[in-house]
Amino acid sequence: MIAQELLAALQGVAPQTSERPSADCPAFNCPLDSLIPVLRALRDNHGYDMLVDATGLDNGVESSPRFTVLYHLLSTATHSYARIAADCADDETPLAPSAVELWPAAEWHERECFDLLGIKYENHPDLRRILMWDEYPHHPLRKDFPLAGHEEDLWDQEISDETGTKVISAPMMGGPFVAKSSKFENEREPRAKDESWNEKNPKPEGQSRK
Amino acid sequence: MVSSNTDIGYNSKVEGGVIVSKADAVINWIRTNSLWPMPMGLACCAIELMAAGASKFDIARFGAEVMRFSPRQSDVMIVAGTVTYKMAPVVRRIYDQMAAPKWAIAMGACASSGGMYRSYATMQGVDRIIPVDVYVSGCPPRPEALLDALIKLQDKVGTEASTSNLLKA
Ligand code: SF4
Repeated sequence: MIAQELLAALQGVAPQTSERPSADCPAFNCPLDSLIPVLRALRDNHGYDMLVDATGLDNGVESSPRFTVLYHLLSTATHSYARIAADCADDETPLAPSAVELWPAAEWHERECFDLLGIKYENHPDLRRILMWDEYPHHPLRKDFPLAGHEEDLWDQEISDETGTKVISAPMMGGPFVAKSSKFENEREPRAKDESWNEKNPKPEGQSRK
Repeated sequence: MVSSNTDIGYNSKVEGGVIVSKADAVINWIRTNSLWPMPMGLACCAIELMAAGASKFDIARFGAEVMRFSPRQSDVMIVAGTVTYKMAPVVRRIYDQMAAPKWAIAMGACASSGGMYRSYATMQGVDRIIPVDVYVSGCPPRPEALLDALIKLQDKVGTEASTSNLLKA
């Protein structure tokens, strides 16, 4: 019910706004260029005064549009949530408008999203990486990034020369490690999925890492 | 000939007040009983490190209660937690700032081997960037395990050839 009323109201702001499949709160897709007006309308006219989360989505290397930005809002008056999604136009260097002007809380969330997915936010006051170091060349939560990572130089050249250490891709040893569901705790210990390869027995060629 | 100098040679008055020992033994005895830690608390293991320092486990019993946040005044770096690649050069830099002689304890699975973080962001063991003397297993290790590691380190320090190392450095 709330969803229908909200949808009608938001279509007044941006006519292409549509309902997005959702298992919980009302969710809407909206075009990227009307994302900020829609968020502003939700904040000012519908009481969604709190930004709970700002995040992004990689829909897969093959898909287009590949990247989606998501904003989760909460109304502290009615305790109801809403989710707004907008697809980015560019699949390689996605751009999105920043919501920092509406909620200062968006700043670090968008930095994280930039760091891990590589979505660039326009008009963001301080768009730097927040978790990985500044010189890191990859965006680790993209679907084409392997969990083990890539080999890289340490960010500190002096320490790198002194120790000869590099950023290595982590040994997976038959991983990823998953916990099986079982009644017995000792069987629930995380184990590698494929224990046939490890440091002593190399991984068979041509087998993809699941 | 009778000498007036009584300081040289046998003096029965100080008998019992003098202990003869090796310089190594004296230096090592002093060192083992006041290993001041540099608490390199990087993740959850640091909570157990704090417990080891608090009254219930009381690391002061082993002379290591003076947690120095200044590397210049510490002897042993306790790396307690996950060493990320972002942090690793900083850990090394702090280690470099510690005055010799210095030791390092890798506390917990993460510091010893990367632990459960087989991932792009985590250094697979702090021994890739600093020399480690004692590894402690566990995730996290109980404070007793850290105390055990400290005792092991004291044993190690106690067997060092400290005097000749002094001249070497
Ligand atoms: S070994 Fe376990 S408790 Fe210690 S830092 Fe790593 S994850 Fe945390």
